[in-house]
Amino acid sequence: MENLAMHISNGIINGPVAAIFAVIALAAMALCVQRGRQHLDDRLAPMAGLVAAFIFAVQMINFPIFTAGISGHLLGGALAALLVGPWVGALCVAVVLTVQALVFGDGGVAMLGLNITNLAIIGTAAAYLLIVALLRVLPRTPAGLAVTAFVSALVSVVAAALGFVLQYQLGGAVDLGDNIAGLAGTIAVTHLLIGIGEGLITAMTVLTVAKARPDLVYALRARGPVAPTPIPAVGGAR
Amino acid sequence: MGAGHTQLLYHCSDSPVHRLPPEVKIAAMVAFTLAVVATPREALWAFGGYAVLVALVAAVARVRPGWLLRRSLIELPFVLFAFALPFLGAGERTELLGLSVSVDGLYGAWNVLAKGTLGVLASLLLAATTSTRDLIVGLDRLRCPQLLTQIAAFMLRYLEVLVGEVRRMRVARLSRGDDPRFVWQLRGFATGVGALFLRAYERGERVYLAMLSRGYTGRMPQVWQGTAAATAGQWLLASTVPAVAAGVAATALVLT
Repeated sequence: MENLAMHISNGIINGPVAAIFAVIALAAMALCVQRGRQHLDDRLAPMAGLVAAFIFAVQMINFPIFTAGISGHLLGGALAALLVGPWVGALCVAVVLTVQALVFGDGGVAMLGLNITNLAIIGTAAAYLLIVALLRVLPRTPAGLAVTAFVSALVSVVAAALGFVLQYQLGGAVDLGDNIAGLAGTIAVTHLLIGIGEGLITAMTVLTVAKARPDLVYALRARGPVAPTPIPAVGGAR
Repeated sequence: MGAGHTQLLYHCSDSPVHRLPPEVKIAAMVAFTLAVVATPREALWAFGGYAVLVALVAAVARVRPGWLLRRSLIELPFVLFAFALPFLGAGERTELLGLSVSVDGLYGAWNVLAKGTLGVLASLLLAATTSTRDLIVGLDRLRCPQLLTQIAAFMLRYLEVLVGEVRRMRVARLSRGDDPRFVWQLRGFATGVGALFLRAYERGERVYLAMLSRGYTGRMPQVWQGTAAATAGQWLLASTVPAVAAGVAATALVLT
């Protein structure tokens, strides 16, 4: 059932609400394209592509929670925000969603605006705001970065899921009456679990990248290297 | 993304649908889906009409029904949600097979099932008849911002890199005595995910530098534009499907 909160399929949300969110998503994407253009340099172009490919691959792995009926997958918004920044990050997630909708039918084409709003905009924005705040507060150590990545990923997943609940309340296919609270609860709890998995993978990935190539982590560029120790010149992940 | 690269779902074959330029197919698919979604859910006959349209296009494109059905299993989570709706829905209730269900929920379930399935089938038909490279060319011709097509092109290119690195790392683990059984493999993968990302990045960076040194400027290379831009006749031909769908949707809107 979780898949649905992530990739909304045709017919779940009614037309007018989908159209409103399509306009919102289009405006936000236009802003991201405008701002992202300034950032996309030689280092960021392949990174953006790889982040998108990584998210694409990771979203294809669905893992069941409790029962077969409830399954979820990772989102990658926090990873994108950490590695390529909020603007290009949101574009990466949006590109993944668009290709999935066009080619796999994963998430309806008519619902693309809703999906982009939830995953690319809400997910990435929530993650990036937290990243900026946490990096300022937490010590500039690998542990601090790991905590930042974990928490921002966790929160971004739950925020994106709650975006779906809001949209469903605005224009769901069926008026659930009081059951909407139950839906919100189920979705929040299951996404908390997905968020933990997402947080672990995000933290592990970003930490490895930050240790070997701190120059590649967008969130750290303005703030200097994480680890004061120099990078080992031989061996290791390189 | 030249020859030899795996395609996501592309069905290499030759048919009138395969020969259509990609931008025409994308536009037709999106228009068809919008028509389906705009149809009121009470108009059951309209969805039958859409299904016939999809079947006709599949037949012309020589896509096997079995393949379509197998691939449309991606929808399964939505189907499960749809079955829950009649029981969760509020309002008027009715009896069905001895169970008390919500009328609104029943229609909602039908709505999700019918529109979801038709949308999935339409995108699968697009995927089966359009290579990923053509898909990007099509998006580019539909005036999609270059930044987006660039990210999409790199994404598809790097999927190959990523898959290759996963395979190499797995072989490396196996040759060092790793136990490849399912759960163990998952653990090895989880702890190696950072290393995988870094390795894939550095390989991808070399790919990118090689592209730059061969004159890549961020634009789509000329060779990619294999098929010429769509002619008016091709637009007209492809617009028949969404036009019929729009007609059905309009009739359904008027009748209900």
